[in-house]
Amino acid sequence: MDLVSFGWALAGGVMIGTASALLLALNGKIAGISGILGGLVAPVRGDVAWRALFVAGLVAGGLVGLVLMPDRFDASGAPALPLVALAGVLVGVGTRIGNGCTSGHGVCGISRLAPRSIVATLTFMLTGGLTVLAMRLLGGL
Amino acid sequence: MDARTKQGLAAFAAGALFAIGLVVGGMTEPANVIGFLDVTGDWRPALMFVMVGAIAVNASVYRWVRRRRAPLLAETFALPTRRDLDRRLLAGAALFGVGWGLGGYCPGPGVTALASGSISAVVFVLAMVGSMWVVGWVERSHATPDA
Repeated sequence: MDLVSFGWALAGGVMIGTASALLLALNGKIAGISGILGGLVAPVRGDVAWRALFVAGLVAGGLVGLVLMPDRFDASGAPALPLVALAGVLVGVGTRIGNGCTSGHGVCGISRLAPRSIVATLTFMLTGGLTVLAMRLLGGL
Repeated sequence: MDARTKQGLAAFAAGALFAIGLVVGGMTEPANVIGFLDVTGDWRPALMFVMVGAIAVNASVYRWVRRRRAPLLAETFALPTRRDLDRRLLAGAALFGVGWGLGGYCPGPGVTALASGSISAVVFVLAMVGSMWVVGWVERSHATPDA
């Protein structure tokens, strides 16, 4: 057991939870990243600015993180670029059709005990795990 | 400062804190995420605690939110109300999981990792946003008046 990495993960989780809680308590919005992005791709008048600023905040926070913990951005474990592109397409299509991702369903939805989010989270954890297993068996990773 | 400016600042701050949490938690390193999903292999269980920490805080605040009529800076809460399980939800979540396992990025960490200039993150986000646009375009062009 690697207690140090567990501690960092828990600390990161508390920060993510605090950020989502702030967005809900202050603005009344769910911090579902795929939903926030989806609302920028198919914009609705009057509902764009906060989304753009949230996404800008994500990148700004990424820059802070890059200064503090540059090794956390090591992308050498990512697959070859064509597979990364396929992954992006599947994530984009899947989150639009399934109305959410790890943040919206996994964090915010489970916190509300929403049945759709619990089922969605179990589903994407399962298919994610099976995909990694399949890739390993195929020697892809 | 007007309400919209305050909301914008709040959204920016929430996004920044969210991203720092993703970095600290280890979500922006694809190999770490793939290791977390590799339950039957060389499993890296730490990311489970990202979920635990995030849900613990969020669930507490949600209990407080349910007792209030309005958020602090806006007039209404925008909370999902659907409770039905349908094929779209399952199919979408399944596809998302395959993409997540394949690339090691989900939407938040992908956007956050743009800060590093990583080509993988750029390719991932462009493909993700492009496909989101295509799904929206297809659905709008197939929309029927009663749908």
